[in-house]
Amino acid sequence: MKTFVHAFQFMGDHPHLLLVKTGEHLELSGASLGIALLLALPIGLWLGHLHRGLFLAAGVSNVGRALPSLVLIAFGLTIFGVGFWNNTAALVVLAIPPILTNAYFAIDQCDRDVVDAARGMGMTGSQVLFSVELPLGLPFVLAGIRIAAIFVIATATIAAVAGGGGLGQIIVNQASYGLSGVVAASLCVSALAFLAALILSLIGNAASPRPTPVP
Amino acid sequence: MTFVLAGGPVIPNFGSGSSCEVNNGWFCTEWVRQHWSDTLQPALVQHIELVAIAVSIGFAIALVLTLAGFRYRLLDPPIGVISDFLYTIPSLALFQILVPFTGISLTTVEIALVSYTLLILYRNMIVGLRTVPAEIVDVARGTGFTRAQTFTRVELPLALPAILTGLRVATVSTISIATIAPFVIAKGLGQPIYDALGQGIFKTEIFTAGGMVIALALVADGLLVVLQRALTPWVRA
Repeated sequence: MKTFVHAFQFMGDHPHLLLVKTGEHLELSGASLGIALLLALPIGLWLGHLHRGLFLAAGVSNVGRALPSLVLIAFGLTIFGVGFWNNTAALVVLAIPPILTNAYFAIDQCDRDVVDAARGMGMTGSQVLFSVELPLGLPFVLAGIRIAAIFVIATATIAAVAGGGGLGQIIVNQASYGLSGVVAASLCVSALAFLAALILSLIGNAASPRPTPVP
Repeated sequence: MTFVLAGGPVIPNFGSGSSCEVNNGWFCTEWVRQHWSDTLQPALVQHIELVAIAVSIGFAIALVLTLAGFRYRLLDPPIGVISDFLYTIPSLALFQILVPFTGISLTTVEIALVSYTLLILYRNMIVGLRTVPAEIVDVARGTGFTRAQTFTRVELPLALPAILTGLRVATVSTISIATIAPFVIAKGLGQPIYDALGQGIFKTEIFTAGGMVIALALVADGLLVVLQRALTPWVRA
């Protein structure tokens, strides 16, 4: 228990260090999540809209689960060398499966009757996707993004072994910061992941389609 | 860069060894042959042990929680929220937060690994049991099954596919997460990877040990699919 008291003392003594590291952590996580979203979201939504590529969507999530974060970062190091990009590349690869798979199934599993009705009204393919399927599937799409965000924030910690910045730098360097520093940084990472999860769940709740009263 | 790692065998020894090792080539088969029995194979066995312990304990705890959450509906939301919260804590952070309590020990690693299996197993078990059609349960009760009989002979078999899927996902995830165990103790396939990172990024060791983790996960996944097919032959995907 004493260690925790010391950890909070560490937070009080070094607010600047923790803030800077948290900023770096967010930068690395944000960049990776952003790139992963740009790559995975359009593919997932489009394949789901076409009801094609089940094999890809399911396979990506199975293989993704089997890829350990440390192994990805170590592979990234051998290929890109030490720096920002090896970590970003590893984190992007890690974030793609949950986003892609959830986006695919969110659209693929939309109520066929509703989609048919929209088509019958003369909506084009992209209108159906953006005004019908996407709003209906949004909570599930956001759930995938939430899982990816938690993964990325958690794994950005491990990126420190590959020369990445962020809170992981404190966690893997007990020699310099002591156990209280390590625990303090760990609590910061946990808080960060929890906040990200909370914010995305709130957005998810707000975006859930609610039945509107019929006038 | 400082590596806070438990000590392991010092490999590779740049300077001696084959020219491939000295030049840190992409893949040195020679090195793998030489170090299979002293490094890679023990690490593989340790990795399987770490995962087996975590998944069995996690399964037992999740089963008890599921029985509680299924019998007393009021317990379901708090159990769900707590396991959800545990899953959110980054694994590396959880290891470090546990160290003041359980020390640099296998217990620390196992507590962290078990807590990650809980959410997956609990969710799948409870959803599996909840989605058993009410009519079928009513029929069983109407035929004179007791509550316990209904549970063991009707609800549990019908929930089995979902439970086994949870077991599969939990096993594969744990194999993956166990790779960072060496942050606490020198065990598992993560250890050779750390050693290689600490020694000038020795590529062969990283690719071999990394490949072994991925292969282990895929093999475990395949075996559990076979088990699933054998235990629930009525489900054809």
